[in-house]
Amino acid sequence: MYTVGLFVPCYVDQFYPQVAIASLQLLEKLGCKVVVPMNQTCCGQPMANSGFASLSYGCDQNFIQNFDGLDFIVCPSGSCTLHIKEHLHSTQYPNKADSIRRKVVELTEFLTDILQVNQLKGKFPHKVGLHNSCHGQRGLNLSSMSELVAPYFSKPASLLQQISGLELVLPDRSDECCGFGGTFCVFEEAVSVKMGKDRIREHEENQVEFITGGDMSCLMHLQGILKRKNSKVQVIHIAEILNAGYE
Amino acid sequence: MSSQHASLAEKFNSDEARTNWHDQTLWWVRQKRDRAANALPEWEQLRQWASDIKDHTLSNLYNYLVEFEQNALSNGVKVHWASDAEEHNRIIHSIIQEAGIRKIVKSKSMLTEECHLNFYLQTKGIEVVDTDLGERIVQFREEAPSHIVLPAIHLKKEDVSDTFHEHLNTEKGNFDPQYLTHAARIHLREKFVSSELAITGVNFAVAETGGIVVCTNEGNADMGAHAARIHIACMGFEKIIPKAEHLGVFTRLLARSATGQPITTYTSHFHCPRPGQEMHIVLVDNGRSRQLGREDFRNSLKCIRCAACFNTCPVYRRSGGHSYHTAVAGPIGSILNPNLDMKANADLPFASTLCGSCTNVCPVKINIHEQLWKWRQVISAEGLTEPSKKIGMQLMAWILAKPAVYRMAGSTARWVLRNFPSVAKSKRWNPWYKQRELPDAPEESFQEWYKKRQRS
Repeated sequence: MYTVGLFVPCYVDQFYPQVAIASLQLLEKLGCKVVVPMNQTCCGQPMANSGFASLSYGCDQNFIQNFDGLDFIVCPSGSCTLHIKEHLHSTQYPNKADSIRRKVVELTEFLTDILQVNQLKGKFPHKVGLHNSCHGQRGLNLSSMSELVAPYFSKPASLLQQISGLELVLPDRSDECCGFGGTFCVFEEAVSVKMGKDRIREHEENQVEFITGGDMSCLMHLQGILKRKNSKVQVIHIAEILNAGYE
Repeated sequence: MSSQHASLAEKFNSDEARTNWHDQTLWWVRQKRDRAANALPEWEQLRQWASDIKDHTLSNLYNYLVEFEQNALSNGVKVHWASDAEEHNRIIHSIIQEAGIRKIVKSKSMLTEECHLNFYLQTKGIEVVDTDLGERIVQFREEAPSHIVLPAIHLKKEDVSDTFHEHLNTEKGNFDPQYLTHAARIHLREKFVSSELAITGVNFAVAETGGIVVCTNEGNADMGAHAARIHIACMGFEKIIPKAEHLGVFTRLLARSATGQPITTYTSHFHCPRPGQEMHIVLVDNGRSRQLGREDFRNSLKCIRCAACFNTCPVYRRSGGHSYHTAVAGPIGSILNPNLDMKANADLPFASTLCGSCTNVCPVKINIHEQLWKWRQVISAEGLTEPSKKIGMQLMAWILAKPAVYRMAGSTARWVLRNFPSVAKSKRWNPWYKQRELPDAPEESFQEWYKKRQRS
């Protein structure tokens, strides 16, 4: 089976360890040999998206040192995966950087396209709303996009549909941004929160118990707004659902 | 420190009901666009053709401009070249002055907004009347258009009623759209008839024929140009397309992308002045050559000004056109305006979550969100980001490049958040906390958990 490096986004490592644990357990249950490089930190996206890609050199070097020589690098985040795919560079090790850019895969895509999982044995008897993260969807092409004239598909939805008891509901605006946007969430606080509130309103109207998605950063932002208004709706990363009750 | 866009957007959001209305109105236009696009199985092919034609044209712009000029001249049109906004305004004023005219009408032209022509002419004592209904409304209110296709989309019919009551003496409190548009119609008819000179914009200029095409829904460009003794058409030089046969690709995309209509109500082709009329075309650079020379940004000049990127942009819909403080707002404005004035518009590429929806709706396939990202790099390299942001980023980069420092910083931050949460719970100092709770800070990071698991 494949030897897979688990690339854990820094904020997941620090604030949502359960998401990384679920990803690790799920990959192991599916027969992968999972390596967790213990000196990994951050992909460098916060600096790059703020206009300081020039400062992400140290992160790039560290990433290459941690993830060189694996079959695949799997990450439970569309956004961090996209950043590595598009922006990992090294003047010292250009070939290694190039190889890593090709080997990094977002978790749901790894499950559907590489492992070709079609019978997950999980159970999650709840009504769940799916939030498509923009970087996963438009950046990595994890699902069809409402703007394009193209056939429908959704990698995350196809996985969730395998989970017994799970009722999946999509909002009318099925792929509108939640407003997190990295540092946008603090530098454009008013618009960011308004975008998040509008996403939440649609999920609440659908009476979901959970909002899930492939990016914990979107979910962290939505969770902050949900908690402030004491909403009963909870957020949960897709890895946690797929791993739930899976033996 | 809050950027200009961020603070104007915050002000816009202070009236949440109105923000909802603005968002939903423009989303409705986006949905109309989706239905129109989905009715054409060849939609993505059309986008590719449009993009290819524009790329080709931009790469051969000099030749096509010369060809266009020669053909226009032989059609009896007078052709003028303006290197910047000032020269554009001066040329137009001199035409008006030589003809001894005091009152002119103008149909929609975002170029003249970019050049601030109205203001320029008014300081010279010329009366300028915008004849597009939306533009006339904002002109009465001494506001700038908030959208390049729907200039008064930030206003409700009640606002228009108040404005018309003040300027056209309509009945106070009557906001029946039919009543208000009828009042505007009577007012504008009088202006069309009494004006001797009409300015129009240009949607497409065909090199092969020397003709121009103007697309409107109100027919106001035609009314102006047909009634007037002199017609001046103003265009940014990127409006060129090589041949008449290419037009169909663009007209099929333009109105569908803009409003979801199959075609604009009027698609008017002007080739030569009618007997006794004078026709002028002003070709304007105003920074376009500079943009053409910027490898990462040159293809922004493919834009056909449909505003689909405005309507789809979740930030635009919730911040309004005026928050962009420029003639062309929205995502496309945020990649065009830094070229015009990088310092004044340094905030705009950051007024986006980089969600990419703009790029997907663009009928000429401009990679808008990637250019926003690239402008951010240029702007910070030019030293135009706030110093505090730069210091924060340098500190973050330093921490994240050193695994031991990262682990220490992470566990310290989580310890502080668990034991002294009030440090981060300041609505004044922490913008996150203003309307959002902080995530819980767990005792153990994933790495700490994993290390334990390896030992056991």
